[in-house]
Amino acid sequence: MGVSEPGHRPRLAVWKFASCDGCQLTLLDCEDELLSIAAELEIAYFLEASSAAGPGPYDLSLVEGSITTAEDAERVRHVRRVSKRLVTIGACATAGGIQALRDFADVREFTSVVYARPEYIATLERSTPISAHVPVDFELRGCPIDKRQLLEVITAYLADRRPVVPRHSVCVECKARGNVCVLVAHGTPCLGPVTQAGCGALCPAFNRGCYGCFGPGETTNSRALNRQLRTLGMSDPDLVRVYRTFNATEEPFRRASEEAEDDA
Amino acid sequence: MEGDISPIVWSVRGTVEMDVVVWSLEPLVAALRSAGYSVVGPTVKDGAVRLAEISSAAELPAGTGDAQEPGHYRLTERDDDLVFGFAASPDSAKRFTQPPRQTLFRMRDREIEEVEPEAPRVALLGVRACDLAAMAVQDRVFLGGRHPDPAYRRRREALFLVAVNCAVPGGTCFCVSMGTGPKATAGFDLALTELAAPHRFLIETGSERGAEIVTAIPHQAATGDDVAAAEEVSRTAAGRMGRTVDTAGVQEWLPAAHDHPRWDDVASRCLACTNCTMVCPTCFCSTVEDVTDLSGEVAERSERWDSCFTLDFSEVGGAPVRGSQRGRYRQWLTHKFATWFDQFGTSGCVGCGRCITWCPTGIDVTEELSCIR
Ligand code: SF4
Ligand code: SF4
Ligand code: SF4
Ligand code: SF4
Repeated sequence: MGVSEPGHRPRLAVWKFASCDGCQLTLLDCEDELLSIAAELEIAYFLEASSAAGPGPYDLSLVEGSITTAEDAERVRHVRRVSKRLVTIGACATAGGIQALRDFADVREFTSVVYARPEYIATLERSTPISAHVPVDFELRGCPIDKRQLLEVITAYLADRRPVVPRHSVCVECKARGNVCVLVAHGTPCLGPVTQAGCGALCPAFNRGCYGCFGPGETTNSRALNRQLRTLGMSDPDLVRVYRTFNATEEPFRRASEEAEDDA
Repeated sequence: MEGDISPIVWSVRGTVEMDVVVWSLEPLVAALRSAGYSVVGPTVKDGAVRLAEISSAAELPAGTGDAQEPGHYRLTERDDDLVFGFAASPDSAKRFTQPPRQTLFRMRDREIEEVEPEAPRVALLGVRACDLAAMAVQDRVFLGGRHPDPAYRRRREALFLVAVNCAVPGGTCFCVSMGTGPKATAGFDLALTELAAPHRFLIETGSERGAEIVTAIPHQAATGDDVAAAEEVSRTAAGRMGRTVDTAGVQEWLPAAHDHPRWDDVASRCLACTNCTMVCPTCFCSTVEDVTDLSGEVAERSERWDSCFTLDFSEVGGAPVRGSQRGRYRQWLTHKFATWFDQFGTSGCVGCGRCITWCPTGIDVTEELSCIR
């Protein structure tokens, strides 16, 4: 085995930054596989599951959440220092998350509206992905991440091989699953053609359009998709909004929403 | 026999001397089921005609039609009770001949375990002429070369094909231009033509096992009028093609148009989403994925549908050979209509129109070809 020396189980740590905990919970969701994971990896630091925090260093760190405070920007450097491999999990960690919507506005304005005592809030102007602060070995996308893909990333790490996490569009999975295309057959706006696969085309399987929660795919001709979505009757403000969710600041989606604004 | 390059089902006309007429499809469905086939036919689901297992002819979508245009598909209500009053559905037989994902083999403790290919006995009811032509194209691809695919052969042989001669072509159909339809001429076990006033079906027999099924169901010999009515259905359908394309000389002029400005134009509309290739009944490209289990004791290799529109598809040494949309679209269209001849001796396109209907931005191969020509 490439990464584990004999008699030594690699040590796993799970870290949280600005996030909802949903992606970490995906690990606990691996009910059937959890025992096998624990047999292969020592779960040394995982506050969501156990308050016992083993000291570093760690062989594999899964990092959830984005960086929104100066303290976290410091802390993630520590995480990097104590981790041999660092994998970010979920849209917050890979793209800044829904909280990156602040990038399109003035965060002080938000805090003044939301909090009774805004002067107690110390937050950065922007919400940034982990990769903006430290080198990241692999990014697993999704809001939340997909359980199968998380298992694949952990398994690939154990076998020291490249994880099978393709970057092609959701449409590939959608057709393989045998969904009817909601865009063509129902006129439902769908971001599948510009979104990275991974969810198994979940939303179209339930006759909903893809919301783009896995972020931009390998090819994003959003200008062409926007033209089609307009033809389907989507208004310009809706078009701007549809790209501004969990991956709003990922460059291709940012560009797509700005194109929609410009064309409006 | 492995290595046999002959097509699987060649039409054996004349096993039942005469065409016959039946008044209901119920006995046919029942006979196929008692012959051990699960019957898969058109049904209505999620706003489209889908292939699904049926246990009764009553589940067929009588009175349903479709409206198909580039990037657009809607079900319609017909003002008659035609059971097959629609054109190609989003599903083709490809799902049965080449499933979207299949496990090829497993390795456990360094020993290889063969995985039996799944080859269910399925009677496909309502296969169109273009789909039969597509199966012949796939037969050539999977069985005709030096490395015939035994799993494909098993799945293919397990299919009983009940064709339907199209009465109502769709807005994106162009089988007449491709010389594949709308009437099924070969490759079926049985072929139906739906006739109106009075409502009945003319059945032609194409194989021994087809003849056995006909013998098992109540039928009467077709009259000259029945045969003439069926011919009229196909003639009328041929005159109602949604699209046409002139492919004369395409093998020369399409590859020669390598630097045509139209490629940039189509690239500006193409999402590289892969939908055209996924729905195409002849597109056969796949990739293999190797995965291990957590313990590292079991490894598994599987094959899944891939597409020349993905970047991984042409990845060599870490970078895609065809990185631009222009290059990928050009590869697809040129292979499908021109270089397929060099490789397999036929066109890769049978004119079913699916890639046009199911392209989210409505890119139309017939239009692209006529602009490049
Ligand atoms: S429903 Fe969406 S994801 Fe599925 S094929 Fe259509 S556009 Fe692609
Ligand atoms: S290229 Fe298009 S029209 Fe031709 S066989 Fe494929 S899907 Fe049908
Ligand atoms: S292309 Fe021809 S054979 Fe195929 S569905 Fe259309 S009319 Fe029928
Ligand atoms: S031609 Fe249409 S269906 Fe095919 S990849 Fe381009 S946008 Fe997708």
